[in-house]
Amino acid sequence: MMNVGLFIPCYIDQLYPQVGIATLQLLERLGLSVTYPTNQTCCGQPMANSGFEHLTQGTSYNFVTNFSEFDYIVCPSGSCTLHIKDHLHDEGHPDKAISIRKKTFELTEFLTDVIGIKKLAAHFPHKVGLHQSCHGLRGLGLAQMSELMAPPFSKPESLLNMVTGLELIELERKDECCGFGGTFCVFEEAVSVKMGQDRIADHSNHGAEYITGVDMSCLMHLEGILRRQKSKVKVIHIAEILNSVNK
Amino acid sequence: MNPQNNTHSELAEKFNRDVERVNWHDKTLWFVREKRDKAAHQIAEWEQLREAASQIKNNVLSNLHDYLIEFEKNAVRYGVHIHWASTAQEHNEIVHSIIKKNGVNHIVKSKSMLTEECGLNEYLHQQGVNVVDTDLGERIVQLANEPPSHIVLPCIHWKKEEIGELFHQHLGTPKGNADPQFLTAAARVHLREHFLTSRVALTGVNFAVAETGEIIVCTNEGNADLGVQLADVHIACMGIEKIIPKRKHLSVFLRLLARSATGQPITTYSSHFQKPREGQEMHIVLVDNGRSERLASDDFRNALKCIRCGACFNTCPVYRRSGGHSYHTAVAGPIGSILAPGFDMAKNADLPFASTLCGSCTNVCPVKIDIHDQLYKWRQVLVQNGHTTASKKTGMNVMSQMLSHPTVYRFSGAVGRWVMRTLPLMINNKFNPWYKQREMPKASTQSFRSWYLNQRKHEQ
Amino acid sequence: MASVKKNQPSMVEFPTLNFAGDTSIDLKAQFIKTLTGIGGSVIEVNEIKEVGDYIKSTFPEPARIINTITNLNFEFEILNQKSDPHDFSNVTVAIMKGEFGVAENGAIWLTEVNMGDQALPYICEHLVLIINKHSIVPTLHEAYEKIGASAYNLGTFLAGPSKTADIEQSLVLGAHGSKSLLVFLINY
Repeated sequence: MMNVGLFIPCYIDQLYPQVGIATLQLLERLGLSVTYPTNQTCCGQPMANSGFEHLTQGTSYNFVTNFSEFDYIVCPSGSCTLHIKDHLHDEGHPDKAISIRKKTFELTEFLTDVIGIKKLAAHFPHKVGLHQSCHGLRGLGLAQMSELMAPPFSKPESLLNMVTGLELIELERKDECCGFGGTFCVFEEAVSVKMGQDRIADHSNHGAEYITGVDMSCLMHLEGILRRQKSKVKVIHIAEILNSVNK
Repeated sequence: MNPQNNTHSELAEKFNRDVERVNWHDKTLWFVREKRDKAAHQIAEWEQLREAASQIKNNVLSNLHDYLIEFEKNAVRYGVHIHWASTAQEHNEIVHSIIKKNGVNHIVKSKSMLTEECGLNEYLHQQGVNVVDTDLGERIVQLANEPPSHIVLPCIHWKKEEIGELFHQHLGTPKGNADPQFLTAAARVHLREHFLTSRVALTGVNFAVAETGEIIVCTNEGNADLGVQLADVHIACMGIEKIIPKRKHLSVFLRLLARSATGQPITTYSSHFQKPREGQEMHIVLVDNGRSERLASDDFRNALKCIRCGACFNTCPVYRRSGGHSYHTAVAGPIGSILAPGFDMAKNADLPFASTLCGSCTNVCPVKIDIHDQLYKWRQVLVQNGHTTASKKTGMNVMSQMLSHPTVYRFSGAVGRWVMRTLPLMINNKFNPWYKQREMPKASTQSFRSWYLNQRKHEQ
Repeated sequence: MASVKKNQPSMVEFPTLNFAGDTSIDLKAQFIKTLTGIGGSVIEVNEIKEVGDYIKSTFPEPARIINTITNLNFEFEILNQKSDPHDFSNVTVAIMKGEFGVAENGAIWLTEVNMGDQALPYICEHLVLIINKHSIVPTLHEAYEKIGASAYNLGTFLAGPSKTADIEQSLVLGAHGSKSLLVFLINY
């Protein structure tokens, strides 16, 4: 029986625990044995993306300490997963770090590629826009990106298609970045917000009631703008949709 | 170009004040990206072409020395004069000396980003040589005394009414006429005069073939060709990385170039200059200006594969919403952001941060430059070299300490949330850049971890 | 140069190119469609005489029409290769042969041998090119095979009239080169 370590991004732990809860419940309902290592903190991405990768030894060491004995590590975040896959280093335990990189998965790719689920008992009768977070899309290959001349596919979409009542809306720009970008969101505030506003307009123009995605950081940024606009559109992490069981 | 040393973020903020304008700029460039997609979709082997182009360029970089020797040998046998310039200054001096030797003080120039990089126009102007840029977009920004904002579409940031006014002032076209057809016809007449009276024509180089010593210049307007064919002297300026090994490799690059740049199958003119016109002098100036240094870097060498198509500009959501001038450098956009710090780290330290690392650029690049990876790597290099603020350094140190120690992290998180809930004005104010146009996230009363531990307790 | 040699990475070979155009499609049709789509015009004729008649009727006096194809008996002015290229600035129409066409992009390859004078195709107001309709190759890969190692002075892929979209992305045909391109596809 595979044992799964639950990797909950620091900002989900602190600000959006419901996403972590939904992820855990979803995995457990699929019959998986899931453990949340309680001393985890952060993957180190905020420092690394700001040019301070040299300050991530502490977070990397902590990550390796917490996660090395699992068969799989699952995370409801494309960008955090990508950071671990690409940048996890531990000079003290290099092999453990390499092994962890190979067994860390973002939630939707874990469900489609490792578990191979074909159906879900989920019901979400709403019009939903899928925001394709960049790190998950282009970094992890969760779906086909529009830049490449290659056959289309989408792991998150295939899961959303299993949810009854859900109507996935079309978008004008399927995979344009939302503008969060980590510290970019404050250091290039004007462009960041403009990008977010444009994404929101695209979703609104196509009738979205909810905007979803695999990264709560993107959604947090969009939600900030939506609430400032006093919009009726809400954000929701894909884990919460996939976990919305018909009660 | 940037007298106040403003950063990209400051310049971009100004650019965004005119919401209608930034929307127009964004939509116009997105449209060019869409044209690229449409053209690429029609080539079933598009991705294989990209791979081939990438590998050919990898080979070029690994054998650059011998290819340059071969190129020179093959060009010289037809009477072409080859010049080598280590620096931008040397390039400018060489070009000027050729012009001076021919006793002229007036030349026509077709598009060359290399000459922008070297500041040639200003240099020649100081030496009393008048340079007329003949590419329509370049002529427009020249008349406006501005640098180009895009390497392929130099005045993409200009509206036709503004161009109409500019032409009214400089060319005497009727006031208020903003018809592109009419204005282009006026420019044709105005620039014809210059073509017919210039004895020296300067062009860029899109590709230089080692096997044959020929250079290829691609234009839609025909300005490079017209200038050269009417001149006594042709000066072609190129970076040393523009070399490709064999003539047949052009098939790969010419299939990719225009489709990537503007969505056209090919530019109107793709001229292969192998020998000078009879009675004409042809000079090729090959420029290093930091390229051989970049060649040594495993991390940043790939930027030398660039064929200057501009596809990365069009796809970049940040470039579209900040405009080329926000990058305060000759070549802007994503490729510019990985080239410029190599020229001047202090001046261009902001550029690799003018990105969300979305990765779109890397995936439209016809030669598969790992642009977004290089942006990440430049960030590390810049910080290591001290090109960051004291407050950022302190902040990051504090953050890293906090995040490395589970109990500190949990404590800080709880405190932070408490402040957000009970003393919102401490955070929701004008000193918080997030708060300027966004609401802060709601601070939950318990972390996931607390919930989890509570659950487990109840289950036992 | 020494630093180039010192700094370059270890050798990687360039790839063998395995691209081939599809010769089973109607190349002529694709060529016509593509070139027309980028602003050129194409007319198929069976007899060379039709070219001369068409040009005469389309460009009446006082048009200055120059023919570079010396063995074709049109009534037009024959190119004087000793001319100063500046003398061609008032040429209304220049007629020249192209070597072959490329279907994927509507381009025609021509060299200084076809041009007569290297300035002529760019300086004239309207350009007329004549190619053999069976000369059309599918893609640039076949084009460069055909060109081989030939030692031309100047070779150009010419695809349509000169153009620009520099003013707010509005396409305008007729920038600095010819304002129009007319291609005659002939059998000979």
